Amino acid sequence: MSLPKRILKETERLRNDPAPGITAVPHEDNVRYFDVTVEGPDGSPFAGGNFHLELFLPEEYPMAPPKVRFLTKIYHPNIDKLGRICLDILKDKWSPALQIRTVLLSVQALLSSPNPDDPLATDVAKHYKEDLPGAQAISKEWTEKFAAK
Amino acid sequence: MSDDAISDYYSDEEMEYNYSDPEQDGDDADLENEEEEDYAQFTPAVLGKRPLPWEVEYESLEPDKLREIVNKDVEHVAGIFGVEPEIARALLRHYKWNKERLIEQYMDGPERVLAAAGLPAQSGLPSFSNSRSLAATKKPATKSKSFSCPICASTQPGESAMALPCGHTFCSECWEMYITSKIKDEGECDVRCMEEGCAIRIPTAWMKKLLDSHTYARYQELLLAAYVADNRNFEFCPFPSCDLTVMTPNFSPTPSALSTTVPTVHCGHGHTFCFGCGEQQDHRPLICAVVKMWLRKCADDSETANWIKSNTKECPKCVSTIEKNGGCNHMTCKKCKHEFCWVCMGPWTEHGTAWYNCNRYDEKAGVDARDAQSRSRASLERYLHYYNRYANHEQSARLDRELYAKTEKKMEEMQIASELTWIEVQFAKRAVDELVRCRTTLKWTYAMAFYLEKNNETIMFEDNQRDLERAVEELSELLESPIEPMTITELRSKMTNLTVYVQKRNEIMLNDTAQKYQDGAWIWNVSVPDF
Repeated sequence: MSLPKRILKETERLRNDPAPGITAVPHEDNVRYFDVTVEGPDGSPFAGGNFHLELFLPEEYPMAPPKVRFLTKIYHPNIDKLGRICLDILKDKWSPALQIRTVLLSVQALLSSPNPDDPLATDVAKHYKEDLPGAQAISKEWTEKFAAK
Repeated sequence: MSDDAISDYYSDEEMEYNYSDPEQDGDDADLENEEEEDYAQFTPAVLGKRPLPWEVEYESLEPDKLREIVNKDVEHVAGIFGVEPEIARALLRHYKWNKERLIEQYMDGPERVLAAAGLPAQSGLPSFSNSRSLAATKKPATKSKSFSCPICASTQPGESAMALPCGHTFCSECWEMYITSKIKDEGECDVRCMEEGCAIRIPTAWMKKLLDSHTYARYQELLLAAYVADNRNFEFCPFPSCDLTVMTPNFSPTPSALSTTVPTVHCGHGHTFCFGCGEQQDHRPLICAVVKMWLRKCADDSETANWIKSNTKECPKCVSTIEKNGGCNHMTCKKCKHEFCWVCMGPWTEHGTAWYNCNRYDEKAGVDARDAQSRSRASLERYLHYYNRYANHEQSARLDRELYAKTEKKMEEMQIASELTWIEVQFAKRAVDELVRCRTTLKWTYAMAFYLEKNNETIMFEDNQRDLERAVEELSELLESPIEPMTITELRSKMTNLTVYVQKRNEIMLNDTAQKYQDGAWIWNVSVPDF
């Protein structure tokens, strides 16, 4: 099965012109499977952390969204214990005009602006709603503990 | 059983019929008298087709007829607004075919309504259906020899570039793949522009041009299906490969209507189903919500039921069964677009401030689950009592049919041998038809009795049930008696009488239960959710 040109182009651009704070490298034995790192955005409790994710482009891509999951443990209201992410563009708001790059930028943006009103990890979301400084402290602590560079 | 014994038995029974009614009248005084008068008006002389008061009016529609009705709605609106039918259809679809609301809001501000429905402003009419040329004028850049499609990243000749009035340009191959995947994989007939966040609708003209005939046919099917799904007065016949639609002009299956009415309908191909829940049988006298509870209970032992129970939930709004196969708890129902929380099943909008209710619910649900377990063990015996009788009637109805299939041949032979006409040997068929109908009723009365609170109403209910059951078993036994040319006249009159009697008992049962639904007299021993 040959790889669609679109995937080749995206891979090439990710390598030659990476988005700041984001890397995405395809596996040698499976070019649809990417090892991703996203830096925690400055000014967020995740700053200074380097988060590992996995990204998989299904057969239907770009008609279907990529599958993205955090591998690094993270204390965030929209990311659960298994690293699954609650992000609309990864579900029903997916558009084929989006790319790996834009998806990962959205994931990074999600770190800057957690949305506890649309929680995936309900306990974390509750913590974020009731005691923001306390919750952010834990996010920071986890970042130092699990996402150190 | 010897012939003598049978005739003795039946002569006894027949005497009982003669005085059974007066006896009841004496016992139950006025109420029964009133009822006698009531159903006397609508008891048909033969096993008739006359609509009874508890039935809903309906019409069975061929696909062409349905298309005609849809087009009439579309043309009506297109005529009022002075737009193309295509636009009117998209608007109606956006407003869930609520014509009045659409007309009202369109008159207030057509631009707003059009934009919300993902349609371009309607100045010059033909632009929408011919947007390819429009794209060329809007995007002079693509007029050059080649262009690069941002979706597939391939360089293509300029002609293959296509854009909707929004101007987002992609190659025709990507459009085709995108639309095909929306229609075939997602079953979605409202396809919007590929660009992220762009809501412009893809017009039918594009579908026609881009899709293969099979996918285009599927698109047409989806459009009709969307009409039927959006309209409460329409329902597809749920039987496999049946293409008919049933319309109930004066009945909408709202939760409140379904809590008092069982809208049994028959499509033009003779399939019987419930207009409320789609159950493929007549489940009178039991209402849909309780039928669903009962059927689920009956299936509880099966692995499928266990799987469905542990892996799916129902949309709290449209009761579609939903499997959650990933992602977060913020659910959007594919069918009705209702947004809800997977944990507490409450509407999502409430979660903005009170989302932590989900945690509290979890604890309570745990306690409830444990309670339910012990309760179900205690009530197992009671359940089996009703289930056995329910299952028995279901099986007997099948056996009655099989028995009749055997005797039918004999009847035909007899018709040749005796002086009876074809019409006259139909009595056994009529008897079997009625028998099967009554057994279906009886079956559901046992499911109903299982959920009824014990009180005076249920005592009367069980009396009616007993009378019907006794008559049904007698008729069933009579069907087993040997048919001989010598006794056929006698048998015929007996069976015809008994058939009419059974039919009457069935009507009493159905009428009585229907009346008490209207009066709100039935009290369930469990909480019955809205259907």
